Amino acid sequence: MNTPFVIASVVAVVSTLMVITRTNVVHALLYLIVSLLSVSLVFFLLGAPFIAALEIIIYAGAIMVLFVFVVMMLNLGPQSKTQERMWLIPEVWTGPAVLAVILLGELVYIFASTGGITTSGKTVPAGDVGFALFGPYLLGVELASMLLLAGIVGAYHLGRRGNDDEQKEER
Amino acid sequence: MAPVPIEGVLVLAAVLFTLGFAGVLMRRNIIFILMSIEIMLNAAGLAFVVAGSKWGQPDGQVMFIFILVMAGAEVSVGLALVLRLFHRFRSLDADAAGRMKG
Repeated sequence: MNTPFVIASVVAVVSTLMVITRTNVVHALLYLIVSLLSVSLVFFLLGAPFIAALEIIIYAGAIMVLFVFVVMMLNLGPQSKTQERMWLIPEVWTGPAVLAVILLGELVYIFASTGGITTSGKTVPAGDVGFALFGPYLLGVELASMLLLAGIVGAYHLGRRGNDDEQKEER
Repeated sequence: MAPVPIEGVLVLAAVLFTLGFAGVLMRRNIIFILMSIEIMLNAAGLAFVVAGSKWGQPDGQVMFIFILVMAGAEVSVGLALVLRLFHRFRSLDADAAGRMKG
C-alpha cells in the first residue's frame, strides 16, 4: 500500500468525521478545509495535479470563503452553539448513523472483493484535460456556463433585500 | 512512486460519501447540511478522478471540473436560500421551513 495515500486518506476521514459532529460552524468549516486539502493530496498521488490545484483554489478557496461570509453575515452568537448541542442528541443521530455504516460496509465489501487493481501510475497532464474539455465535451462546457449564469441570477434574486413578502411582513 | 491501489481510493470515496450522507441525515442545521452535500459531491468527484486515472484518460478529470462547477452554482443558490430562511424565521433549523404556507 502506498504510504502517503494511506496517511492522506486517514486525515481526510478523521477531519470529515469532525465536520459532521462539530457544534460550532466555524470549527466545522476549518475541518472541512483540512479534509479538502487531504483529498487534493490524493488527487496529486493519482496523477491529476491540475485537479489537485483546482480542488484547493475553488473548493478550499472560493466555496469555503462563501461559507465563511454567510456565517459572518448570519452573526451567530454562543446561543446557537447550545441550540446545536440540543439538536445533536443521540436519539436523533444514532439511527441514520447505523444505517449509513451498514451501507458503507456493503460498499467496502464490494470494493474489497475485486482483485488487486492499481491505477495506471502515469500523470494525465493539464493540457490533455483542456483538449478533452474543449473538444468532445464542448457542449458540456456550454451547459456549465449556462448553469453558472442561472446560479448567479438565482443567488442575486434570492439574496436581494426587501423582496415583496418581507416588506409586507414589516408593515 | 508506486501506483495507488484503486480499491483503496474507491473505499476512501465511499467512506467520505457515507460520512456526508450521514451528515445530511443527522444534522438539522441547514449550513451543516450544505457542508455535508459538499463532502458527498467531493467524494463522487474523487471516484471519477480515480476511474480516469485507471485508464490514463482525461475524461475523469473533465467530469470533476463539471462537478466543481455544479457545486459552485449549488452552494451559491443554497447559501442565498439560507440567508433568506434565516431572515424570515430567525433560525437555521431545516424544519423551520415546514411552517411556510404553500
